Amino acid sequence: MTRTIFVCCGTGCIANGSLAVADALRAALDETATAYGQGKAAATAGQAERREAAATAGIQVEALVKQTGCNGFCENGPIVKIMPDDISYYKVKPQDAAEIIDSLDKAPVERLLYKDRDGRSLRSQKENPFYAQQMKIVLRNIGEIDPAEIDDYLARGGYAALKKALAMQPAEIIAEVEKSGLRGRGGAGFPTGSKWRIAASYDDFPKYVVMNGDEGDPGAFMDRSILEGDPHCVLEGLAICALAVGAEQGFFYIRDEYGLALHQVQKAIADAGKAGILGNAIMGSEKKLHLEVVRGGGAFVCGESTALMASIEGRPGEPRAKYIRSVQRGLWDKPTVLNNVETLANIPFLILEGGAKFAEKGTANSKGTKVFALVGKVKRTGLIEVPMGVSLRHLIFDIGGGLLSDRPFKAVQTGGPSGGCIPAELLDLPVDFDTLTEKGAMMGSGGMIVMDDRDCMVEMARYYVNFLCGESCGKCTPCREGLRQLRNILTDITEGRGEPEDLQLMEEICDTMRDASLCALGKSAPNPVMTTLRYFREEYESHIRDKTCPAGHCPKLTAFRIDTDKCTGCGRCAGACPGGAISGAIKSPYRIDGSKCLACGVCRDLCRFEAAIAEKAGYEA
Amino acid sequence: MTEIENRAKASAAVPQPDTVRMMEMQALLDRYPPDPRFALAVMQDMQRQFNYVPREGLLALSSRIGRSEAQLYSMATFYKALSIKPKGRHIIKLCDGTACHIRGSAHLVAAVERLLGIKPEETTTDGMFSLELVNCLGSCALAPVMVVDGRYYGKVSADQLRGILDECRAGEEERAAL
Repeated sequence: MTRTIFVCCGTGCIANGSLAVADALRAALDETATAYGQGKAAATAGQAERREAAATAGIQVEALVKQTGCNGFCENGPIVKIMPDDISYYKVKPQDAAEIIDSLDKAPVERLLYKDRDGRSLRSQKENPFYAQQMKIVLRNIGEIDPAEIDDYLARGGYAALKKALAMQPAEIIAEVEKSGLRGRGGAGFPTGSKWRIAASYDDFPKYVVMNGDEGDPGAFMDRSILEGDPHCVLEGLAICALAVGAEQGFFYIRDEYGLALHQVQKAIADAGKAGILGNAIMGSEKKLHLEVVRGGGAFVCGESTALMASIEGRPGEPRAKYIRSVQRGLWDKPTVLNNVETLANIPFLILEGGAKFAEKGTANSKGTKVFALVGKVKRTGLIEVPMGVSLRHLIFDIGGGLLSDRPFKAVQTGGPSGGCIPAELLDLPVDFDTLTEKGAMMGSGGMIVMDDRDCMVEMARYYVNFLCGESCGKCTPCREGLRQLRNILTDITEGRGEPEDLQLMEEICDTMRDASLCALGKSAPNPVMTTLRYFREEYESHIRDKTCPAGHCPKLTAFRIDTDKCTGCGRCAGACPGGAISGAIKSPYRIDGSKCLACGVCRDLCRFEAAIAEKAGYEA
Repeated sequence: MTEIENRAKASAAVPQPDTVRMMEMQALLDRYPPDPRFALAVMQDMQRQFNYVPREGLLALSSRIGRSEAQLYSMATFYKALSIKPKGRHIIKLCDGTACHIRGSAHLVAAVERLLGIKPEETTTDGMFSLELVNCLGSCALAPVMVVDGRYYGKVSADQLRGILDECRAGEEERAAL
């Protein structure tokens, strides 16, 4: 049997050392191969040679190691998957390699399998609750192919959709996309088909197609994972878009911080060009398409369409007023279609299977699936894809496994800095474009940050406002000055200088920003403040009225002490205390010196006995 | 030997740094066609090579692509990836994305300040370290994340941070001793 060993090499797994695991697996294979007299070819040569050597050898070492994109289950990386046996190993270390190779024809390595809550070992990803409850369209290839190999993509039906699209009239392609009900995945949710139809209607050439890979929301890594794990799929989507609207030039705008994604996309463009899929004759037809990668400059506002286009043209990324939409006058004043990474990754499936089939999934007005990055205080951090309309509770508790240390759920932040904090009572809301917007938050591009009872909502609002303050381009006054004033007020509140009238003042500032800002960044910037004011008002009031932080988070309003009845004297907190404020002798209760305590809460997070307690500042131990 | 003699010897041994730099700069400019739309890419390459965008780089780029120095300056100060002041030799990137933030990135910022005396976007006086607070590195499973000279460190504690910085410093002293 020919086996393939897939090693997850997404950024998360690489940071956990997966490249060393891949090397160790190759070396172990090489060693085994040598033992069978097969020589070095199997492990050190290129992939094609290895495959050939493995095929001709006909012995136990018919396996090859492939590096894939992100498997999504980043919490448990590095992940190694063996196919066709369908065995997945987690938290693999280089020293496990020999044992894994050795086990190929035997029973799986028990200790590296995923254990469910009852301690049962799960062999396949299909049994794993994290994967079993997902539905993969966009992520269907990721983890199954080596993104650097165009042959892998072709073997899974890649570029068949482009071929089909070449035989269709542009209007037919657009009709199919409209039928699917696909809406832009970047956050705004504009119908993709309509955007294409408008762009196609202008008789003004050249036209441009652009992929927006300037994923800037903190806590979101969907687009990065797609670009790293399946770049050809996005390429194919953009090529189909170009055919539909009549463009011959396309750009991939990707954040400079996403080194691996940049590399994979550049390689994919070059390989697709060599294979005759792109260039002067798309798959041998008379259609042309030239693609180019543009690196972003590290400005959050460049995710906004007109700012992004300014950046591609070689100017500071400042938005302009959109009296005329960019589908009519975008790049160099020509019709331009800008689509998000995930939107484009949906296109090949949609064209191949038909818009009607795509529209079977999801809710009435939000079709298909959505990829989410589930992060924060959740047990199973990672990347997931589910049909539109599943509830937040399902996402966080069934797929995500609930909160770390089973602490009480407090809020989930969706939609990044333009989104909002959703409280526990709204957990049963379906996640789609419209429902969350009604509640003042937004689904956004797909970041979901789970927070527990120790996270302060006022501080959360301050964090996002501070973030946006640094990212506001400064062109329009409501956004620039509004954010600055909000930051001042929120900082005052978290540091105990809040006044009762501050809340109303903030609401007024938020209204002005929402009405008068130039671009979507400014218009949505008040969302984190508005939603926390709406759902967690009492927390603001405690900060202002009682000068306490109920979550025990804000250092100026919090002091810590150790409950001598609960403290077992393990000394864990004393070793970790950054202020050196905790002293005591092993096996007897420790003590915090209030004059040295930074109120950072490290002791509380570390204590397994809940002995470190947050109290109102001013308490004398 | 006096210091002046030392310097004279040093300058005789190596070509004038300015000339070398201008040659490097020219090579870098030649990578792209003389079109304003590559201005950002050129400046990013300068940042990578020199740790900042030098004034002479802006001037050279300005005459090459026909954009005024002021226009390029506005770009160099707009984009976060660019800096017009030299950065330290080792760049510490602390992720302050939301996931890292709620898992304690603020403790790490405070720890760097205690250990090195620098706040975000500052450089130590000896030019060894720069601290950058970055938005999100997309490695939220490893929060809080720190990247030093391109190497990722996950689930970092203030304690580990000291060790990582010491390692950097030791590596540099070792190289200096050679």
